[in-house]
Amino acid sequence: METIKLKGGSPLIDKIFKIGAAIAAMYILAIIVLIVFQLISGSYDIWAKEGISFLTGSDWNAVEGSEVYGAAPYIAGTFVTAGLAMLIGVPISIGIAMFLSELAPKFLRTPLSFVIELLAAVPSIIYGLWGIFVFRDYIRDWIEVPLNSTFGNNVWFLSGAPFGLDIFTASVVLAIMIIPTISSISREIMIAVPNSQREAAYMLGATKWEVFKMAVVPYSKSGLIGASILGLGRAVGETMAVTMLIGNATGPSAWPTTLFGPGQTMSSIIANEFPEASAGSLHLAALIGVGLILFIVAIGINMVAQLLVSRVLKSHEGAVLA
Amino acid sequence: MITIEQRAEFRKHFRNNISIRLAADKMIKGIVLGCVVIAIIPLGSILLEVVRNGVPALSIVFFTQEPGAIGSDQPGGIGPAIQGTLMLIGMSSLIGVPVGVLGGIFLSEFGNNRLGHMIRFFNDVLAEFPTIVIGLFAFIMIVLTFGYFSILAGTFALSIIMLPIITRTTEEALKLVPVTYREAGYALGVKRWIVITKILLTSAKSGLITGIMLAVARIGGETAPLIFTILGSDQFFSGFDQPMDALPLRIWRLSLLPYDTATAQGWGAALVLILIVLSLNIGVRYIFMRKHGGGGRFRIKAGG
Amino acid sequence: METVTKTPIKHTSVEEPRYKLIAENIVASYNGIVAVKNVSMKFKDKAVTALIGPSGCGKTTFLRTLNRMHELTKSAKVEGRVLLDGDDLYSSGEDAIIHRRKIGMVFQKPNPFPTMSIYDNVAAGLKLNGVKNKDVMDQIVKGCLEMVYLWDEVKHDLKKPGMSLSGGQQQRLCIARALAIQPEVLLMDEPASALDPIATQKIEEMMTELKKEYTIIIVTHNMQQAVRVSDYTGFMYLGDLVEFGETKQIFENPRNEITAKYVQGQFG
Repeated sequence: METIKLKGGSPLIDKIFKIGAAIAAMYILAIIVLIVFQLISGSYDIWAKEGISFLTGSDWNAVEGSEVYGAAPYIAGTFVTAGLAMLIGVPISIGIAMFLSELAPKFLRTPLSFVIELLAAVPSIIYGLWGIFVFRDYIRDWIEVPLNSTFGNNVWFLSGAPFGLDIFTASVVLAIMIIPTISSISREIMIAVPNSQREAAYMLGATKWEVFKMAVVPYSKSGLIGASILGLGRAVGETMAVTMLIGNATGPSAWPTTLFGPGQTMSSIIANEFPEASAGSLHLAALIGVGLILFIVAIGINMVAQLLVSRVLKSHEGAVLA
Repeated sequence: MITIEQRAEFRKHFRNNISIRLAADKMIKGIVLGCVVIAIIPLGSILLEVVRNGVPALSIVFFTQEPGAIGSDQPGGIGPAIQGTLMLIGMSSLIGVPVGVLGGIFLSEFGNNRLGHMIRFFNDVLAEFPTIVIGLFAFIMIVLTFGYFSILAGTFALSIIMLPIITRTTEEALKLVPVTYREAGYALGVKRWIVITKILLTSAKSGLITGIMLAVARIGGETAPLIFTILGSDQFFSGFDQPMDALPLRIWRLSLLPYDTATAQGWGAALVLILIVLSLNIGVRYIFMRKHGGGGRFRIKAGG
Repeated sequence: METVTKTPIKHTSVEEPRYKLIAENIVASYNGIVAVKNVSMKFKDKAVTALIGPSGCGKTTFLRTLNRMHELTKSAKVEGRVLLDGDDLYSSGEDAIIHRRKIGMVFQKPNPFPTMSIYDNVAAGLKLNGVKNKDVMDQIVKGCLEMVYLWDEVKHDLKKPGMSLSGGQQQRLCIARALAIQPEVLLMDEPASALDPIATQKIEEMMTELKKEYTIIIVTHNMQQAVRVSDYTGFMYLGDLVEFGETKQIFENPRNEITAKYVQGQFG
């Protein structure tokens, strides 16, 4: 035990310190305001030129003289990939959370949770690398080609020759990336359900699964939804893995009409085309405009998610750092 | 009053569904276990492939030399990328850590009011931001203003990404310090800033370090913001007004090239990156478990 | 280490006693601690049996072995037999869920399902057991709510959330929920300890009525309550059953000196 020698300290420094801390904290608010401002001013030109059709149009041509920009397919692409990722990822995440909170033997809980959280530590670029050189082949050969040859002519979203770099692959990898987020928060929420609830269900002669359905899920529903929306927020903002796997379509062909066709999301179009956009150009303004839309969508989703989750986990550690 | 006879009557309406229910229970247990397996397989595959493909690319040349001409049989190395990542992490921490820690102190010690709640809320929203937007922001604020891609722009972007993580983990670490420590200090008439710096920060040391390590692991893997700020380069650091390279960027560039040598280098770079990121994350867990005996307070997130 | 002298059970009645539930040689432990050291008890039908004893004596653990709830605790172990109408609930190979529904349980703090209405709370166990007939369900819900003296208070709006009731009402709701699965035996673990005196009184009145058709076993740390409601009392101490007999005899004329000390309030 070390002894700390303390002197009273100067009250002036105390005041300065307090103000300094406040400034540091408010830096965050300042940054957010600045981001909004800069995104708006940087994209002003495109709004001036295209107006609402930037949001609704699908043509995308950066050639000078016939420039036209419409971000609608990319907005759709973001929502479709994120939506698919949720469709795959949420059930798996809830299953993992259920296992960790209700079924896993004590000694397995911490190491297993840790391993799953390691999935979240892998940088997106490495997911992308693994995706294009390893996973894509499996997805194409084991899932896409069989599905396409069996149902391709009848089911509209399974049509098109599958090459593996498409909306489906991007969505599946995206699902893998959001699973650790959703499952770890869900697990905490489930663990927070008081045992007295479970006992009431057990008393009625319920099986473990019935106890889960009757006592745990209803109690934690809003938190689980919040966790899923946090996952959605992550999926929406994901850039590198999606960029590398989605196939890079532009313009009207970027509309997500089939799972096995190439697509584009808001974040991937920015990443893909930024190197070609020169400073001050309308092209750049268009990309920044897409960034602005992405910002609004992401911040909306994240705010909803934070509200839902922090309300449920308030007794524990306040809002969630995910 | 429900008599014994009535009970027997009512029980006749109970279906004899025990075996079905038990079977369903078993099935669900299997499905749920399957979910866990499904999640672990990709992790195993990623680690396996990165090691399998990355190890052959490693060499002294790989670590220390600049990349050679594209497609040539002298592929060179990724020295600049490693250097760049280390420099970026260092410089971003120089900004991100003090501001973040101060912000965390504010939230923990002075933040139990409306302003504090608002800051906390937006802090967590910022932590979840698409980093490509932050990259765009840094591009507009720094690159366009100064006219060149540089480490400054990169640092600016990465420090913004670091900030909410460090603020939050600092606040949580400070919150774990017992109130009695503060009370003892104040009771002795010691001014707040001394209590905070000398007593609280030292007690919360491991929590703080944990947070910083997590934040570093996060920004080390970030690619998107770097596209707009440091641009990438084939040379070692050549000035504060020059573009530079970093591991995630280099991996991306290499992945776009059609040459096997480039792909091999890409895996090698990925191996280096994942080693850095994973050892930081595992180290964090180890420190945290030693001090607090397990539990998952800090959630891990990777760079996008 | 105290040696506990146990006093053997004496049959006071001439006719053959009818025991609904018989516990034989129950040894129960958790986390390596043996909480119940070898306890046997017989519980009469249409009667209330109280289990009393100081904190930590094992009475709650013992209670929970009667409906196989104890095995849900971490590293829990149980030995012995529990015979309900002659059937051993611990016969090997059978899943506990089959037996738990034969015996209802009420816990210390009311724990209705917060997202369910009053009706759904009571009917929860019925749905589990596959009851489809709406009329039968309505009948059972009404019957159970009447037995716990809640029917008149809530009949006008059964769809109200269960949590909107007062503490005492919630506990009675939980009792109704337990009774809905048509158990023969009702276990109550300090059911009124979290309630105010008026709510407690209501529950005690309810118990006196209920015992006409059920076997009730109640764990209580409130000795006056044991005297008020129970016909038989078992006194446990340090995991052993020290004395068991008619309530009147245990409290007025205890045969064991530890029992005497406890009921006189010399320790708690």
